[in-house]
Amino acid sequence: MINTKRQEEIFFKILMIISICVIMSILLFIIGTVLYKGLPALDWDMVSKLPGGGFYLGKEGGVLNAIIGSLYLISGSVVISLTLSVPLVLFINFYLPKKSVFASIIRFSFDILFGVPSIVYGAFGFALMIFLGMRASLLGGIIAVALLIMPIMVRSFDEVTRLLPRDLPDALLSLGATKYEMSKVILRQLMPGLVTAILLAVGRGIGDAATVLFTAGYTDNLPNALNHPAATLPLSIFFQLGSPVEEVQNRAYASAVILTVIILILSFSARYFSSKYSKNKI
Amino acid sequence: MKYIRAFKDKSARQIMLGIAFFSLLLLLVIGVSLLLKALPIMKEKSLWALLSSGNWKPFKGEFGFLPYIISTLYVSLIAIIIALPLSLLSGIYLCTYASKTISRIFEPVIDLLSGIPPVIYGVWGTLTIVPLIANKIAPRYVEFSSGFSVLAGGLVLAIMILPLLISILLEVFRSLPKEITDASLSLGATKWQTVKKVMLRKSFPGIIAATVLSVSRAFGETIAVLMVCGNIPIIPHSLFDACYPLPALIANNYGEMLSMPNYESALMFGAFLLFIIIVIFNAISRLTLNQIEKRFSL
Repeated sequence: MINTKRQEEIFFKILMIISICVIMSILLFIIGTVLYKGLPALDWDMVSKLPGGGFYLGKEGGVLNAIIGSLYLISGSVVISLTLSVPLVLFINFYLPKKSVFASIIRFSFDILFGVPSIVYGAFGFALMIFLGMRASLLGGIIAVALLIMPIMVRSFDEVTRLLPRDLPDALLSLGATKYEMSKVILRQLMPGLVTAILLAVGRGIGDAATVLFTAGYTDNLPNALNHPAATLPLSIFFQLGSPVEEVQNRAYASAVILTVIILILSFSARYFSSKYSKNKI
Repeated sequence: MKYIRAFKDKSARQIMLGIAFFSLLLLLVIGVSLLLKALPIMKEKSLWALLSSGNWKPFKGEFGFLPYIISTLYVSLIAIIIALPLSLLSGIYLCTYASKTISRIFEPVIDLLSGIPPVIYGVWGTLTIVPLIANKIAPRYVEFSSGFSVLAGGLVLAIMILPLLISILLEVFRSLPKEITDASLSLGATKWQTVKKVMLRKSFPGIIAATVLSVSRAFGETIAVLMVCGNIPIIPHSLFDACYPLPALIANNYGEMLSMPNYESALMFGAFLLFIIIVIFNAISRLTLNQIEKRFSL
């Protein structure tokens, strides 16, 4: 009897260790595959040149258009979603009473928005653009991606804000500060958490293809106005991979390396900031 | 001076309140605008006809969503069948057996997996999973498969929902009061018995909620699925048949749909369908999770 009990325990423990190892090796396998296929095709031209004539037939050029386009797009959407998320989170945490129903409804609606898939944001952005009479453009992409990353930002910033000890706002208020002045001080205190939230949102926004597919369009040039279409890195990978020419496919792998490296940097710096934050927690 | 400060405070409050209302409306606005776009096709055909017909001939005005719905369900089902045991086992391990070092190594792994963009999963899937299925797995069971199949989509999706599933499961397990497991252990139960008879039983609603959330994440995944599923609008009959999930349909046809009004409306109907199902799934599971959190934190 005791023997079977032990055997069962050991059996499941081994299964657990196997599944942990499987998950870890999947990550290594994915990154390894991308690097193995992409690194040979990666050269300085890839990141420094625009697609030249016949780029999609294997002639020379790079994906600078997509890199710059992605950067423009993500900075625009971060600005938009920041100006909405920061006041919102401060509002539900410090302006509304502690057990406010309104605050929990807002939190709940962002939980749901967080689950809405990017293709739906893309379709909604597209419907909105038709309604406004816009064509596929940088601005359209910025709006759609801002909608996509706002729930991520709100949720992760809210999580940090809720952990802030209530003494600080109470002390500020008792000194006669208005709530608005209090929020400014608290915001400084919450800065590392906010940076983590931004980095998370940037990571998600820069890698998403389904939102920008409808809204931002694609072009070989650098976008120089808000109403011009803009290329993005994920779409550039997607389109190049669809080509039958082998060199172009290799370039897709190289572009995948660029995107993966960007994501890795973002992810590690998010971790760095959040660990720094948890060390400073009072 | 005093008035300026009060004025600033008041106007800031008004602006914040405005933003709060705007964000509440967002969900509604997305739903309504997709519905408005979908109305033309819904007027022309009954909801049942759209959902149950397998005929997809946009040029003849026939829009049957059945193949896409079946494909989405099939792929997501495969994904959750693969992902759930993996995440349950590793979640339990991290909560009960694992040393601090292992958790510290494992956490960034989950973060990175959730950070990798869908298009990279797609690239990886076409490079590894698709040839593996075409050359090694499929020939044992069927005569021919291109590899772009239900199984490929399911496998890639399984990996993509792992991080979400594991992190919610961990939250659920960690919200269990320590007293219950301690009581079980002090009565002489082994760790595994405690897991089986106490932890899993107590967190069952949470596990269901986590599963539903992950399934709805799988429903909406677009680019990765589009790249590995083959995109043939037929009802898949085996794991090795190509399929065409709903999000892939929307993403693939955005360019050409403008020329035919009904086509656009039909695709928007697809987006609306996806939206409504995912919102309902999310709402139910989030409510469950919130309740669990409240019950145990008291």
